[in-house]
Amino acid sequence: MIKMPFKTALKLTAVAALVAVPLGADAHRAWLLPSATVLSGSDNWVTIDAAVSNDLFYFEHMPFRIAGFPQIRINRGGQQGGGQMAGAAPMGGAPAGGAPMGGGDPTPPGGAPSAAQLAIVGPDGGAVEAQNKAIGRYRSTFDVQLEKPGTYRIATTNAGLFASWKENGQTKRWRGSLENLAKEVPEKADDLRVTQSQGRIEVFVTSGKPTTDALKPTGQGLELDPITHPNDLFVGEAAKFRLVFDGKPARKLKVTVIPSGIRYRQNLQEMTLETDEQGEFSVKWAEPGMYWINASIQDEEGPGGRTPRRRANYAATLEVLSQ
Amino acid sequence: MRVLISRALLTGAAAGFAAAPLAAAEIKVKVEVPKLTVAEYHRPYVAMWVEKPDQSVAANLAVWYDVKLKDNEGTKWLKDMRQWWRRTGRSLDMPVDGLSSATRAPGEHQLSFPEGKSTLGTLAPGKYELVVEAAREVGGRELLRVPFEWPPKAAQNLKAQGEHELGALVVDLAP
Repeated sequence: MIKMPFKTALKLTAVAALVAVPLGADAHRAWLLPSATVLSGSDNWVTIDAAVSNDLFYFEHMPFRIAGFPQIRINRGGQQGGGQMAGAAPMGGAPAGGAPMGGGDPTPPGGAPSAAQLAIVGPDGGAVEAQNKAIGRYRSTFDVQLEKPGTYRIATTNAGLFASWKENGQTKRWRGSLENLAKEVPEKADDLRVTQSQGRIEVFVTSGKPTTDALKPTGQGLELDPITHPNDLFVGEAAKFRLVFDGKPARKLKVTVIPSGIRYRQNLQEMTLETDEQGEFSVKWAEPGMYWINASIQDEEGPGGRTPRRRANYAATLEVLSQ
Repeated sequence: MRVLISRALLTGAAAGFAAAPLAAAEIKVKVEVPKLTVAEYHRPYVAMWVEKPDQSVAANLAVWYDVKLKDNEGTKWLKDMRQWWRRTGRSLDMPVDGLSSATRAPGEHQLSFPEGKSTLGTLAPGKYELVVEAAREVGGRELLRVPFEWPPKAAQNLKAQGEHELGALVVDLAP
């Protein structure tokens, strides 16, 4: 048993869990950052950076990994060979904790289902392909050509299904798909815990006049259902949004709002808000700039058996302009 | 042709004909594009419009931008006039005849907007603000507001002063 690579694998697993749920024990935040959100003229492009970091919005920890992007090798702390991370590596999927996978296949054929998927929705509601996909030591990056006028939603989504249970005094861990759950996870076991995790990180950009077709929630996981258009945000005005979980209002949910530029101030200036009975919350912006908003939802008690308890996270980067 | 007409009006105003009775009420705007000593200078994009108290636009008066670039590329920076872009710009397909024209050199520029015979159109009686917004490539942005009531009961001379991207702004209302 070679010790170092194994340890590294655990480390990567822990990072992966944080991508799915940035409000974990660690303070790392996952985010997308657009080069522009409000554009005029024609032949417009935006570049999007995707990263996981402590401070917003600096590339200082890890690239945010997206399926279908090139692969790079990162040697961390001078370890030999242990630091390889595939482009579609199992980010955003593994359970928190860090014991080795037991039972099931952690990397099922057909690619890792837990890698972040990029989903760009154009003004007409149709899918748009990302271009010039690249990855570096600290960030992933891609371009989006805004061929049609209107609003685009650029999102990454993570989905994972995990189980853990005790077998002969040993903790078993499993990760897989809903189809394989019944085949590979026992119906009854000591301390059986099945969790379905969903994460969504997104930004909005508009060429010309803002439109709303791309903003419609998909009805899966935790999502933003904007009331104020997310590309029409100005200092001194209150913006209103709704959070929905599986398409229904997410009531009494804590929402965190943090302005960019943390490196150059002493105070985090974090705003903690709460959604009302309609799942709505309102933000009054003090300064122009980029803002990171984040919310998480989690079942305290699972329904039991193999029915998964739910865990979902939402994050968006919004640009606020001056008057 | 449009430029010639506005120059004629400008001459008329300068010669002191402004006090002469006119058939219609009129707004005259004198805006100064400041001369700046900077390494890279581009003439600013400037938009002026009339806003209602709810910030909706009652009239789009003028938009100066780089109309000569090929493929209408000058429209790329229209969004830098952020308030104008938000209030009406993004709903327009530029250039708009009678509204848009080329950027202007540093100095004072006079424009006349007779009611019913210009981009001013006709204004319902009420409170308004005349807004002038300037944005300069590799430079800054500035926005000035001059509140007024329409129709003016008597001739009025209203002023605002810019600090960096705009100089003196003078709004003359003629009843």
